[in-house]
Amino acid sequence: MNIRITRYYYGDIPEEKGGGAGASADTAADWPLWEVFIRSKQGLDHKHVGSLQAADAKMAIENARDVYTRRSEGISIWVVESKYIHASNPDDAGAFYEPANDKVYRHPTFYDLPDELKHM
Amino acid sequence: MKIQQNYKLTTVSATANNNYLWDKLKKRAMSVQELEKIFQHKVDQEIKIEPKDWMPDAYRKTLVRQISQHAHSEIVGMLPEGNWISRAPSLKRKAILLAKVQDEAGHGLYLYSAVETLGTTRNQTIEDLHSGKAKYSSIFNYPTLTWADIGAIGWLVDGAAILNQVMLCRASYGPYARAMVRICKEESFHQRQGFEILLVLSKGSPEQRAMCQDAINRWWWPSLMMFGPKDGESTHSDQSMTWKIKRKSNDELRQQFVDMIVEQAKILNVTLPDPALKWNAERGHYDFGEIDWVEFWNVVKGNGPCNKQRLEARRKAWTEGAWVRDAAAAHAEKRKARQQDKAA
Repeated sequence: MNIRITRYYYGDIPEEKGGGAGASADTAADWPLWEVFIRSKQGLDHKHVGSLQAADAKMAIENARDVYTRRSEGISIWVVESKYIHASNPDDAGAFYEPANDKVYRHPTFYDLPDELKHM
Repeated sequence: MKIQQNYKLTTVSATANNNYLWDKLKKRAMSVQELEKIFQHKVDQEIKIEPKDWMPDAYRKTLVRQISQHAHSEIVGMLPEGNWISRAPSLKRKAILLAKVQDEAGHGLYLYSAVETLGTTRNQTIEDLHSGKAKYSSIFNYPTLTWADIGAIGWLVDGAAILNQVMLCRASYGPYARAMVRICKEESFHQRQGFEILLVLSKGSPEQRAMCQDAINRWWWPSLMMFGPKDGESTHSDQSMTWKIKRKSNDELRQQFVDMIVEQAKILNVTLPDPALKWNAERGHYDFGEIDWVEFWNVVKGNGPCNKQRLEARRKAWTEGAWVRDAAAAHAEKRKARQQDKAA
């Protein structure tokens, strides 16, 4: 019974490992970790592109510009400190998404309709 | 009516809750062997493994070792090229080389972030490089002696790296594969700019042509070494293939590289320093000579021409940059405190 259990409190970064403790004067501590979201063009959603470390939000946005938009990949940047992201647990995925499994009638293909019917 | 609805809702969620608890109980009872079976099944089905999924400890360890080694290579790789930024022959070449070196820093970051998702802190990863515990690609322990070396690095070294990285775009670990996709997109500019440097030199004065050939002579064998030991002697290969971290063997990739480069060398009108290099119609591949494995292991073990210099440069940059990291952290603290004062 030597199952390794790693708990994740935010995003993809394991517990107490992502510099989530916040910036401090102690050189041994990493700067906090930020998740970066980029809107590649007007009309599209911001999409998660990766993460980086920065002392504060302003630096996070500037670093995100330098790292993730060097070839004009974006026109808008969101950053959020990784520790503020709450995530579902993949281990519970079975039960968690179970309510959707027996509701095939939510899909349009569930309804058997005559072929003559057009534009529907 | 309303009561009825509410009643229904509670029953449904109670069932869901039971299932949830049942799942948890089952999980707890599952042996490592069973979990490993589920894991391998996912890998076989080409379902990517994401950071929060269960994975064998050895898989996690292999990834941390491989990805951090890869990240360090990007960062240390900036050193031999940085050597030429101020001496590149024109403003255009300086600007291009600067952009390329900046890309390498970005590639290092993508990979360090991927390591972080496996539960190793950035500081730990960097410390392992500085202490010599972690390795980086041996190719960067060779010196860049002339401007043509920058061309040879782009053509041969980046060319070899790309073959490996294209394969890794399909690695089973999601964050690693995604980082690789991003890197590959940027890397093709690197190889093309290297080839173009050599192309210009190959059409230049006799001195320039000689410089071009000399750089290729020096970088050819170390580039072949980049693919690692022979298949029979590579310790991690089989397991990495089963886990679909790697999808091609060292020798397969090396052969692919040789076949590709021999053809490209004809355009440059240069020779490759291997008398055994010959087309083998039966195999449909080029045969090539034996790598100097004594040299290979020597450089891996830290006795290459620049091993000490590279690590010293990294450590120096880290130590001398400490005040910048401290200052930024202090500045962030101060601004946060000011904002809180204003709010109060």
